[in-house]
Amino acid sequence: MAEERVAIQLIVNGRAVRGQVEPRMLLAYYLRDELGLTGTHVGCDTSQCGACTVLLDGLAVKSCTVLAVQADGCHVTTVEGLAEDGQPHPVQQAFQEEHGLQCGFCTPGALMLSAWLVDHHPQADEAAIREALDGLICRCTGYENIVRAIQRAQALRQETAEPLAGRAQGGVSR
Amino acid sequence: MSQAIFGERVQRKEDVRLVRGRGQYTDDIQLPGMLYAGILRSPHAHARIKRIDTSAAEQMDGVVKVYTGRDLKGRIGSIPTAWIPPDSDLKAVEHPALAYDTVRYVGDGVALVIVTERALVEDALEAIRVEYEPLPSVTDQMAAIQAGAPLLHEGAPSNIALHWKVGTDTEAAFQGAPVVVRQTFRQQRLIPNPMEPRATVAQYDTVTGELTVWATTQNPHIHRFLMANILGIPEHKLRVVAQDVGGGFGSKIACYPDEVLVSYAARDLGRPVKWTESRSEHFLVTTHGRDHVDEVELAGTQDGRILAIRVRAYANLGAYLSTAGPGVPTILFGLIVNGAYDIPQASSEVYGIFTNTTPVDAYRGAGRPEATYLIERIVDRYAQEIGMDPVEVRRRNLVKKEQFPFTNPFGLTYDSGNYHQALDLALKTVDYEALRREQEALRQQGKYIGIGLSTYVEMCGLGPSQVAGAVGFQGGLWESALVRIHPTGKVTVFTGASPHGQGEETTFAQIVAERLGVSVEDIDVVHGDTDRISMGWGTYGSRTTAVGGGALALAVDRVVAKAKRIAAHMLEVPEEAVEFQSGRFYPEGNRDRSVSLQEVTLQAYLAWNLPAGVEPGLEASAFYDPTNFTYPFGTHVAVVSVDADTGEVRLLRYVAVDDCGPVINPMIVEGQVHGGIAQGVGQALYEGARYDDDGQLVTGSFLDYAMPRARFLPRLETLNTVTPSPHNPLGVKGVGETGTIASTPAVVNAVIDALTPFGITDLPMPLTPPTVWSAIHAARQTGGAS
Repeated sequence: MAEERVAIQLIVNGRAVRGQVEPRMLLAYYLRDELGLTGTHVGCDTSQCGACTVLLDGLAVKSCTVLAVQADGCHVTTVEGLAEDGQPHPVQQAFQEEHGLQCGFCTPGALMLSAWLVDHHPQADEAAIREALDGLICRCTGYENIVRAIQRAQALRQETAEPLAGRAQGGVSR
Repeated sequence: MSQAIFGERVQRKEDVRLVRGRGQYTDDIQLPGMLYAGILRSPHAHARIKRIDTSAAEQMDGVVKVYTGRDLKGRIGSIPTAWIPPDSDLKAVEHPALAYDTVRYVGDGVALVIVTERALVEDALEAIRVEYEPLPSVTDQMAAIQAGAPLLHEGAPSNIALHWKVGTDTEAAFQGAPVVVRQTFRQQRLIPNPMEPRATVAQYDTVTGELTVWATTQNPHIHRFLMANILGIPEHKLRVVAQDVGGGFGSKIACYPDEVLVSYAARDLGRPVKWTESRSEHFLVTTHGRDHVDEVELAGTQDGRILAIRVRAYANLGAYLSTAGPGVPTILFGLIVNGAYDIPQASSEVYGIFTNTTPVDAYRGAGRPEATYLIERIVDRYAQEIGMDPVEVRRRNLVKKEQFPFTNPFGLTYDSGNYHQALDLALKTVDYEALRREQEALRQQGKYIGIGLSTYVEMCGLGPSQVAGAVGFQGGLWESALVRIHPTGKVTVFTGASPHGQGEETTFAQIVAERLGVSVEDIDVVHGDTDRISMGWGTYGSRTTAVGGGALALAVDRVVAKAKRIAAHMLEVPEEAVEFQSGRFYPEGNRDRSVSLQEVTLQAYLAWNLPAGVEPGLEASAFYDPTNFTYPFGTHVAVVSVDADTGEVRLLRYVAVDDCGPVINPMIVEGQVHGGIAQGVGQALYEGARYDDDGQLVTGSFLDYAMPRARFLPRLETLNTVTPSPHNPLGVKGVGETGTIASTPAVVNAVIDALTPFGITDLPMPLTPPTVWSAIHAARQTGGAS
């Protein structure tokens, strides 16, 4: 049954948005269907695959596990908001350079998770990177080039000062 | 002519949109007035539908329409199979888009709801009441052919969908053989699980009568071809579009009831309709793969010469025949069970069996992984039996370089190869001798590592069409290309292949760039739209580059030939005296004068002064039908450790040597191999679909079905040897499936090798800790290694 709607307001990719949503609406579908931000993909219904990962107040979360009403008052960064001033985020550049994507469907989630990882664990070694990727299922790459891309992004990140992924909220790892 | 673009690690053109979240996947499409569809699915494996009450659903706000199977009977044709293997007595049973009388697997559709909002789909489905009379069910193919087993289809006695035999007479070879090894292998059912669930958006133009269907398909033209017949829509009024498709691995080849239903509703209601599968639904209804029981016998000599192989396969086809379902365990499997070996006698016998399970169709490799698994495993068993190193047995039986083109016992002609070279490179890379010494030393300490090989070959690059016809594939297997140079010199390429992650927007641009001397940035590759591309057969069977790339090369050559005539006219020299290099035309032996391709193109369009008999414009198309399959090959080596106390297998090292002929983009080829290996490792160690006794899929989510994760895998080492195919314009062979085909037996061989001290000779996949631990435990009870 359609339920009554609740008013929410949040900052998405640096832009203030207001909406009326059903309490049961997931953040992933709010972003996709209401805001037209279709870069955030839904690949499963058990919060396993991670394709829908976004940054919520700087933390990488699966947006299929968050209700839109829970995001009220939060900063959300999606893949569409990852680049700044037309410049790709280091993970976007690195995924291209290292062929870290094939079909591209898990890629938005992989990028958001990687952006968080690169900003908050810049020194993560290969084993730690593989461990951190546990919340992501990719069927195309065998993860090999995703791992390489994250390592490449770590190197690119060293060359830039600003922690881009955490810029909205200072990005404290919780 | 080379600009060093062919063979370079060119970054992918498709990534520019994909890393920005600007891809256009089917579920991303939003149309004004769009409705949402949902399909009610049977919770029973086998049941008669007694009554369906849709009244409560129909009265709900936001519910536009509810259809049942009886509403649609006679309005939508049966969902057909497109592969009818000859001499197989195939039972082409009816497959209604919605069941109207009997449901035959958990997931079989019984009703279609059309609602105004995505969230209402579940509400409406919940409100439909269906009364079922449950019937006895059977999910295992060996049980399904026993006397007294529940029958799925009246027209298929004993649930046998097909019976097919091929090969030479092996009887004499077995009778006189000094060594005979027998083993039954169960190759478990797998779930392809591309990360994008399937989806369809359909929009009907009530004025023109045109139906546009956006669909997650690997082959939009095949979908158009089939759906035109199923729905009775004139083919020229039906447009199928597959823009960005999030992986397929064979599961997006089939024409499913779902896209047919959505298309029907869009036309019936005159409004756009979207349907998107949930992952849970994907597990239940998107085609599964493998599911074989293979009885294998090998005859050989004591000194390692294989004399014959004989295979009897029982393939589970599920409840209905999927689009390519009958072809996978027959043609794509039975004809190549001798693998990369020169075995004088070989035969295959295949039973395709109906069960109360999800239909089975192609899954990455499709038939060839099953064939490769059994031959690579039985060769290891044979080596063990005669006490010879598995490498040595392979050396003695692999087809030799000088034997190519090699005709196998089933009549396939392997185009080219140098199998021993790939084997040697792999062994050198892993330092095989050192590994064997390390293994021995560790065994002394009660630690177990294993080394497993797979020296595979596979047939891919499907065509030729004549063969397609001979083996009962109800389509052609050529491919089309159109190359259009615009007046300013920019290029658009149209291909009938339909890549969905394989990167041909880039590699095809590289092919054109190299031949035309135009930069990759100035070339766009268009695919996946039946309105923009006249015809094509799509992407599967590792055919896109070998066949679609071949078509493209021919089309480019035709464009260049025409441009040369115009250039000759401009340079005032005879056509034969014009040379084309790096985008410029020169008089033969004279580099002082030239005209660029761009200048020639402009003149071709202006047509102010064309040579006699030359038409304006500069584009060409080609329909390329190859003369043979391509046969990529290689050697994969897996090194594993087995923890004897927990049964846990760890993959320590993986080296893949593949030969797919000349490599257009090494980065992309490596990526294909990486992903293939992960899927093959998944089958060996982690993945397996299971049904319970009532026919419920108990591995129906990512919580229950173990997909490979990053931490399960080591660094993957990939190398190449290069042996061109002699028969296609680029010399290339397919590489999309080799990783999956080669890796499963390599890993299982490694685990069994590690377990040699326990006297374990085979274990059923997946080799999970309980399976391995139980075997070790049992061996220890009977006095195996302590």
